[in-house]
Amino acid sequence: MDVQLTVNGETTRLDVEPRRTLADALREDLGLTGTHLGCEHGVCGACTVLVDGAPARACLMFAVQADGADVTTVEGLQDDDGGLHPLQEAFVAHHGLQCGFCTPGMLLTAAHLLETHPDADRETIRAEMAGNICRCTGYQGIVDAVQAAGRDQSRSST
Amino acid sequence: MKCAPFDYVRPSSVEEAVTTLRQAAGDGKILAGGQSLVPVMAMRMARPSVLVDVNRIPGLSSVEVDARALRVGALTRHALLEAQDEHPLLAEAAGWIGHTAIRTRGTAGGSLAHADPSAELPVVAVATGATVTVAGPDGLRELDAADLFTGMMTTALADDEMITSVRFPRPDRWGFAEFARRHGDFALVTAVVTGFGDGLRVTLGGVSAAPVRAHAAEEVLAGGGTARDAAQAASQEIEPTADLHGSVPFRRAMAAEMVRRALARVGPGE
Repeated sequence: MDVQLTVNGETTRLDVEPRRTLADALREDLGLTGTHLGCEHGVCGACTVLVDGAPARACLMFAVQADGADVTTVEGLQDDDGGLHPLQEAFVAHHGLQCGFCTPGMLLTAAHLLETHPDADRETIRAEMAGNICRCTGYQGIVDAVQAAGRDQSRSST
Repeated sequence: MKCAPFDYVRPSSVEEAVTTLRQAAGDGKILAGGQSLVPVMAMRMARPSVLVDVNRIPGLSSVEVDARALRVGALTRHALLEAQDEHPLLAEAAGWIGHTAIRTRGTAGGSLAHADPSAELPVVAVATGATVTVAGPDGLRELDAADLFTGMMTTALADDEMITSVRFPRPDRWGFAEFARRHGDFALVTAVVTGFGDGLRVTLGGVSAAPVRAHAAEEVLAGGGTARDAAQAASQEIEPTADLHGSVPFRRAMAAEMVRRALARVGPGE
C-alpha cells in the first residue's frame, strides 16, 4: 500500500505491506534506526515516537495508519546544527542512560511530558515515564535528567 | 512477534465498515486504537484476515454532553476522556488506563468491544448503566452495558456489528478505587461506587469474567450498614479465580479494600 508521511519534517512516500508496523517502516524502510524495538507488543515503550505531536507506540501502529501523519523520531530531536537536544544533554549529565536501548523512547516521552507539564515534579515525571522500561539505570538518573531539563526549559522561557 | 498478513480496508462510513465485516464472514476485526488488538496479533493469538480501520470514519470521535449523561463516539481516545471535566468519574477511570502513549491511541469503543474484565471502561460502563449504540447490517440498535459483556473478553456483538457510541450517565455521587501491581498495569481489582438519586451501586472489575454488581454490598448500604460491612459483603459475594497475579483470598481482600476506599471517596450529592 502507498503511504505518505512526514518524518522529522521530511515528507516521504512508502510502499508497505499492511502488516508493516510504523516502527519497522521507520527502521527498515527509512533507515531511521534510532527508534528501538524491545518487546514489539506495546509494553516496554522503547519504540515510542510522536505521531501528530502525541506519544504513541510505533510497534502498535501499522505504517498504513500513519498515512498523512506527522511523525517525530529521536533523530528529529537534534537541532539544525546536529547538536544534542537539551533533554539529551540532561540525560548525559545526569546518568539518564547506560546501554541506551530505552533512551529514544524515554526522550520522546520526556519531550512530550515537558511540553504538556512544563513544571512537572518528580512524582508527575515518574507517573508519566512509567510506560517506558529501563533495565540499567534504576530510573533515578532518568527522573533527575527530565527534572533538570524541565528546570532549564522554564528558566530559559522566563 | 510480527503480525500474520491481512487485508487492510479503510472505510469512510459506518455502513461501509459493517459491509466489509459482513463480507469477512467472522474473520474480520475492527482496528480502532489498536492498543489491545495489535499486541494479540503480534503474538499470533489473533490472525484476522481483514482489518477494518475505522479511524478515518467521520463523526465517530464526537463527544456530546447533556444534563444527565456524556455520550462519546466510539473513537474517542482515552486521553480525551481523561482531560474532559463533564464526567469526572470517566476522567478518573480513563487516567488509570495504561500509560500516556496508550491513552493517546486507545479508544472507548475499542475498550468495551475488547471486554477485558480488568479494564477500566467496562466497569465504569456497567457502574453507570451506560447505553451502547451498535451498528449492524440492519441499522442501529442499543444495548445496556450490562448486557454487552457476556463473558471473558466476549460480548453480545455479532461479527458484523460495531460500536458507534456509548452514553455514560453522570452519577450524582461516585467513588473509584483500583489496585494494580505497577503503575499502568491492568487492575487486579477495580471498585466503582455510583449514586443516582437514592442508594448506591457497587460495581467490581477484575474479579470475574465480566464487571459485576456487588448486590449484597448494595443491600448492606441500603440497610444503613457501614462501609466496612459493605466491603466485607462484597468480598464474600464475588467468585474470583486464582492466577499468577493473586490467589482467591488475596483478591477477596483487595476487593474489600477497594470497595472501602471507593466508598470513602464518594462525595456528597450535587
